[in-house]
Amino acid sequence: MTNLSILVIFPLLTTFAILFCRNVTQIKWTALIGSLLQLTIASLLMYSYYGERAAGNTAQMLFEARYSWYSAMNIEYYVGVDGISVIMIMLTAFVVTCGILISWKIETLTKEFFFLLLLLSVGAYGFFISLDLFTMFFFLELAVIPKFLLIAIWGSGKKEYSAMKLALMLMGGSALVLIGLLATYFNTDIGGGVHTWDLLKIAHMHILYETQLFIFPFLFVGFGVFTALFPFHTWVPDGHSSAPTAASMFLAGISMKLGGYGCLRVATYLMPEAAQHYSWIIVLLATIAIIYGAFATLMQKDLKYINAYSSVSHCGFILLGIGMLTKTALIGAVMQMVSHGLMTALFFGAIGMIYERTHTRQIKELGGLLKTIPFLSSVFIIAGLCSLGLPGFSGFVSEMVVFVGAWQQPDAFHRIATILAAASIVVTAVYILRAAGSAIMGPIKNEHFNHLKDATWNEKMASVLLIFAILSIGLAPFWLINIISPDTQIIMENIARGAIGN
Amino acid sequence: MREEQLVIKMNTDFFILLKPELSLTFIIFILLIIKVSDGMNKNSSIIHLANFLLLINFLLGFIGNTTGTLFSDMYHTNGLISLEKNILNFGTLIISLQAYEWLKNHKHVIEFYILLLTTLLGMFFMVSSGNFLMFFLGLELASIPLAAIVNFDLEKIKSSEAAVKMILSSAFASCIMLFGISLVYGTTGTLNFAELPTLITNNPLQILALIFVFTGFAFKLSAVPFHLWTADVYEGAPVPVTAYLSVISKAAMVFVFISVLNPLFQNVPNVWYNMLFLTIVLTITIGNLFAIRQNNIKRFLAFSSISQVGFILLGISSGTAMGVSASVYFLIVYIFSNLGAFGVIALVAAQTEKENISDFKGFYKNNKTLSWIITIALFSLAGIPPTAGFFGKMFLVTAGASKGNYVLIIIAVLNMVVSLYYYLRVVKAIFVDENESPIEKIESNLYSKIALYICMAGIIFTGFASVLYDYINSLM
Repeated sequence: MTNLSILVIFPLLTTFAILFCRNVTQIKWTALIGSLLQLTIASLLMYSYYGERAAGNTAQMLFEARYSWYSAMNIEYYVGVDGISVIMIMLTAFVVTCGILISWKIETLTKEFFFLLLLLSVGAYGFFISLDLFTMFFFLELAVIPKFLLIAIWGSGKKEYSAMKLALMLMGGSALVLIGLLATYFNTDIGGGVHTWDLLKIAHMHILYETQLFIFPFLFVGFGVFTALFPFHTWVPDGHSSAPTAASMFLAGISMKLGGYGCLRVATYLMPEAAQHYSWIIVLLATIAIIYGAFATLMQKDLKYINAYSSVSHCGFILLGIGMLTKTALIGAVMQMVSHGLMTALFFGAIGMIYERTHTRQIKELGGLLKTIPFLSSVFIIAGLCSLGLPGFSGFVSEMVVFVGAWQQPDAFHRIATILAAASIVVTAVYILRAAGSAIMGPIKNEHFNHLKDATWNEKMASVLLIFAILSIGLAPFWLINIISPDTQIIMENIARGAIGN
Repeated sequence: MREEQLVIKMNTDFFILLKPELSLTFIIFILLIIKVSDGMNKNSSIIHLANFLLLINFLLGFIGNTTGTLFSDMYHTNGLISLEKNILNFGTLIISLQAYEWLKNHKHVIEFYILLLTTLLGMFFMVSSGNFLMFFLGLELASIPLAAIVNFDLEKIKSSEAAVKMILSSAFASCIMLFGISLVYGTTGTLNFAELPTLITNNPLQILALIFVFTGFAFKLSAVPFHLWTADVYEGAPVPVTAYLSVISKAAMVFVFISVLNPLFQNVPNVWYNMLFLTIVLTITIGNLFAIRQNNIKRFLAFSSISQVGFILLGISSGTAMGVSASVYFLIVYIFSNLGAFGVIALVAAQTEKENISDFKGFYKNNKTLSWIITIALFSLAGIPPTAGFFGKMFLVTAGASKGNYVLIIIAVLNMVVSLYYYLRVVKAIFVDENESPIEKIESNLYSKIALYICMAGIIFTGFASVLYDYINSLM
């Protein structure tokens, strides 16, 4: 699997195939088989990536391919992957497959639903493999508008408001990114006044310190909107809770990671000096998001809102890791992206499956589900435990790495931020255990809960896939650390270069 | 003997260089003869013939394009201008295909085509003009028949009102421009575009003159603050005419803007840039803010097209070849996208008389294909990937950013988000909103189907494929 473009082309072909399907069964199977094959392709990619690295290939990016696109502006279709992107691609493949499995019962406008869901995944895959800033931006925006339709058409609650809020805020974020990218582009020079969008070339260029200070906020805040940077997190609770299950999974699992990946790969990597200059603001905002998110979750009564607000809190750890600017913290940030992606997808999946049966998401109306639908309830509890960071699950490992990395910053400000962030885990434990306790355990609150059917084959398959991924990180984190460590090293070297430059 | 050769050479030159204009004139004459001789009575056969002739005319535009001047520099043409004319030809052909539903029961089909093509002829002369006089001639030839076809919904009062508004304000704008031109002539002694740029200096009278000329242009482009006629005229005019106004007549004006005003101001770049800066900010912002409040879908597209013009000016303001190619490229994309949207609206308006956004609620229920077409067209207008509109907007903004004026870029880019809001409102109405009596299934005829599919293909492929942009770039 050395041709990366197949990662984009294959889901695109699947979407076209769906357009030609005649009935619901065909559509569902086409989507499922397509996404399973895509999962296989992603796994093969990871396998060959391991092979190349084991064989001693130390190039920064592997499997590069480069085609001139709009030559007048030096826009290229330039793709390549390093460990971070490979991991994100795996995450995307997992979440999309499980999203399709869980949406098995979608009845209204099935064709449109799967079409849009797969189109979203095209955007995500393309974003993670792009090394050309223009192409990257193209894929980033591609992954916004299908969400609007997914939420507005198939959503629940105040879906129109949420969909519009999400679309506008994300587009606002990408507008800021666009400004940052344009400013970057016009400040590059590859000889003869020719500008470039090439990410790697720009990383090795010395953009003036003052210019960096101007560009960095646009890029970081722009991408930050995607990953719930405080105070631009307000789309998260509404968007997640109104979205249909698969879209929530995609939103929290992948879409928010687009932002984290962009903050790391574009903002921090390309503007290392500015990243150092602004790092205290990032740490501050991330800490606020972590604490605010945790306490806001305490107040929620709706299961989906609980997970949505806790996502704000958990995504804070990603930003905290990036803001700390130590190698360990960056590794932790990437791990948290993966871990949160899987965990929150599982959580939303579980909530969606429970809602489908009980028709309520209010904690006080639920109860005793463990007795009637043991499989789904266990899935819910596993997701919850992962969320609160129980050792053995991925949440513990990644948060731990972030804290260790953060502690490496010796001054009081960073220490206080770390302590506050770590303290928020207690709050997390409170809301997760409370939700699990009263919604899943306890007496059966409603007569009709006795006749609920437990998970079907597709739901079991989705849950098992995600739990497998969570455990494989939680129990054996070193394969993940090994795969991303060299790339965070490169980012750190760029930052260190900046430190010397000053 | 030698003299004779010269005459012959001039004559062949005349025919080759003037090919687009002559071919249009030829069509006009054919239609006129049919009208006079009362040869064809069936509307549909006239439309078939007109579409056929327009297609031939469009195809002719691809061959034998050369560079040259005629009438002692009054008229000039080159590769880019030939392409621009053919873009206009193409747009007119699509509009003619879309107008079938409306025209098939109309009493005055031939007159419609004659007037339509006359305005197109005027635009051709305008685009090719090498002299202010020629330009003004073309401009008037393009404006006056246009007001007549705005009035072509003969029974509707609104249509007549729109025509009167248009002709009056258009005449006023022409006056101002003519005043500007006379001042230009008074201070420089020439009206030739090739000679003028070097003669223009920081002389206040000349700057005043240029501002008057610019005002005339801004009026025709409906740039803010000269946009007030736009919404009423768009609302009153028949849908195909509205499409023509918002696409073709704007595109022609932009082409002249590129080839005339840009060089004209080259000695006073600061005045030029500040003027454009102000116009761009106002045009994009006000266009957007007003578009949010509209309920009539034609008025809505009128204001959205105002803000699109702001983006085109943003590209032009860079003053580079990149800005020019980005603008021409964007206009092609804009023709595809806007005509895609208008095509659906024209079908709906012709069959149900419904023109409000609220009428489109639940449109998806009975008209799946048409809903997707108008949605994709609106996304392209909003600049959402993977549509070509994304690339068009991106290139314009990139060109605009080359000046390093990030205040302007920030305003423009944030306005893109605002514009997304109102485009999404329409999309929401189509897909999400409930409606007890949604629009019934619309039967589309073959012509509008062809037109819509061409637009869709254009929206999807002109973005991914860089061929078109590279071609435009090679003409610079």
